Amino acid sequence: MSAVTDAFTRARDEGRAALVIYLPAGFPDMETSRACLEAAADSGADVLEVGFPFSDPMMDGPIIQAASQQALDHGYGVADDLDMCRSLTGEVDVPALVMTYVTIPDTRGFARFADEAAGAGLAGAILPDLPAGESDPWVREARRTGLDTVFLASSVSTDDRIDRIAEVSTGFVYAVGLMGVTGVKDVASDDSRTLVERIRSRTSTPVAVGLGVKTRQQAAEVASFADGVIVGSAVVQAASDGEPAGAAHRVADLVRELRAGVGSR
Amino acid sequence: MSETDARPGYFGRFGGQFVPEALSGAITQLEEAWRDAEADPTFGLELDRLRSQYGGRPTPLYLAERLSEEAGLEVHLKREDLAHTGSHKLNNVVGQALLTTRMGKPRVIAETGAGQHGVATATAAALFGLECVVYMGAEDCRRQRLNVVRMQLLGAEVVPVESGTRTLKDAINEAMRDWVTNVDSTHYLIGSAMGPHPFPLIVRELQKVISVESKAQFAAQAGGLPDAVIACVGGGSNAIGSFAEFIDEPDVQLVGVEAAGEGIGTGRTAATITEGREAVLHGARSIALVDEDGQVKHAHSISAGLDYPGVGPEHAMLADSGRGRYVAATDREAIQGFRRLSELEGIIPALEPSHAIGWLLAHGRDELDAGATVILTVSGRGDKDVDEVVKVMTELGIAGDLGNEVVDADPREDPESDA
Ligand SMILES: Cc1ncc(COP(=O)(O)O)c(C=O)c1O
Repeated sequence: MSAVTDAFTRARDEGRAALVIYLPAGFPDMETSRACLEAAADSGADVLEVGFPFSDPMMDGPIIQAASQQALDHGYGVADDLDMCRSLTGEVDVPALVMTYVTIPDTRGFARFADEAAGAGLAGAILPDLPAGESDPWVREARRTGLDTVFLASSVSTDDRIDRIAEVSTGFVYAVGLMGVTGVKDVASDDSRTLVERIRSRTSTPVAVGLGVKTRQQAAEVASFADGVIVGSAVVQAASDGEPAGAAHRVADLVRELRAGVGSR
Repeated sequence: MSETDARPGYFGRFGGQFVPEALSGAITQLEEAWRDAEADPTFGLELDRLRSQYGGRPTPLYLAERLSEEAGLEVHLKREDLAHTGSHKLNNVVGQALLTTRMGKPRVIAETGAGQHGVATATAAALFGLECVVYMGAEDCRRQRLNVVRMQLLGAEVVPVESGTRTLKDAINEAMRDWVTNVDSTHYLIGSAMGPHPFPLIVRELQKVISVESKAQFAAQAGGLPDAVIACVGGGSNAIGSFAEFIDEPDVQLVGVEAAGEGIGTGRTAATITEGREAVLHGARSIALVDEDGQVKHAHSISAGLDYPGVGPEHAMLADSGRGRYVAATDREAIQGFRRLSELEGIIPALEPSHAIGWLLAHGRDELDAGATVILTVSGRGDKDVDEVVKVMTELGIAGDLGNEVVDADPREDPESDA
């Protein structure tokens, strides 16, 4: 069984939802991003998502766009992101997934990227602009290297598409119950709940809800119906709300809050 | 059709639907709306009526004798600059606006580089009573100010995009973000033969009218088939429309002219096919200017409409199979094309097709047989580019007297004037 599924199982056994925390590599600089990710793990994150910045982040709102751009402006490349992940995964005992746009692994070559990600101790990958229907070449390489493949399902996905998403997803299924980009709107509980139920009726893989979860209260609400709660922009915002030296502290504070949220269902 | 032998939605190994799952519904809806429209004779009739009564089609095919003499070829110009709004963009926009109303959506959004697609979209939005928002890179808003004002006059909201390189690719990103947020009410009226399936197919079919007309006009005016069809390539819509009816005529060479910017190998170009590699960009697998990590590079061209690091997937396939030939013209060659067509034929072309003309004048003699017959698409008129051309020529020190007299004649500049 995958380390990601294990993390969800452990959380469930403790009677709570799993907390998944996203932060981009290289923001505000590489060393601080590593410190923030470690702080998130130490403060109660069950799973980490490490964003590999892409020049054209089509699904991201202003917060993650600006963070990605800052990381790229430092001159960090995929090799630097991978190096940071290698040192991170050697330190923390929660699984970390890479989250990036498909252009990055595709251009590098799916086989090479899968080898490199597995070699850096990453547990899997989330590629939000790779729909399940286009995913065969990537899933093949991920299976070969033991990486989990997390796919996104949306409220607008048809039943057929959800079947296909469930079929190729390992680790968890990423449910998006809101129409929009990251960091702008607030999570829509009713739509998310309905989507989680539709996915659950088709697979035993855990289902986590992301996009629009920012506060402890929202985390608690989503935790009442989902196996996991994913928080990204709010954590990135915390990291950027002040001097870099205090970023890890601010991230830790927010993650503790969120963790209290997912534990209070 | 050229997309056979491939998976649905693919041209050879290029194309596909690399979009967030949240757009899956809109894309399926669009595929269905297009299929229904194609099967519905009233759609074709309405499109034909608007093309002729509103859009001014057919556009002429004009034998340019003085240009022919200078080029050592027989050059026929397909005059898309004479279509309503001044470019080929209206062909696509009227069709997609009709689809928008068939889907019952009240709002369209668009990206624009040179502003021609934005103007065309704002025009169609006015015609059909749709709400319209156009995303345009902040740098392009500056370069193409005339078109910003035209769009505003037509009732559209123009949103300057400050992210990334502040040009066309960033405007596309921003339009995609709007679309995924407002997809229930909004159609993304994409401006070129690019993006996720079914856009490249729909835009090709709507732009095909260029070559349907030019093929018949050439046969009537010159007889037979041309030796070559030449068009500029940004995302590839005027080129694919110019090529479409000739793809299955193996004796007709298809030549796409990209923007070489400051020159191939300088790192400052928009010559995607010449210098790019296979990559996924803006929803499709095609060719793009990306580094080895997959980060998209800055494109550079004097022409805002060609200043794009990607290209539509059907062109990637035509380049890959060798059926199409893709070359590039520099900023300087484009300026030369812009000036010579103005001086020789009394036609001021847009900077985009000026690349095709510039290539023909600089390389046509070497690359084509002497006296070859050519159809070259003048995809738009150049009014929008006049200020930018003067500015760039001044920077290059080749402006001569261009623009001077106008400045001197302005009474506000004259301290002696009591006007
Ligand atoms: C006059 C004109 N020609 C060509 C283009 C390039 O687009 P495409 O390659 O889709 O024809 C543009 C784009 O703005 C344009 O305005």
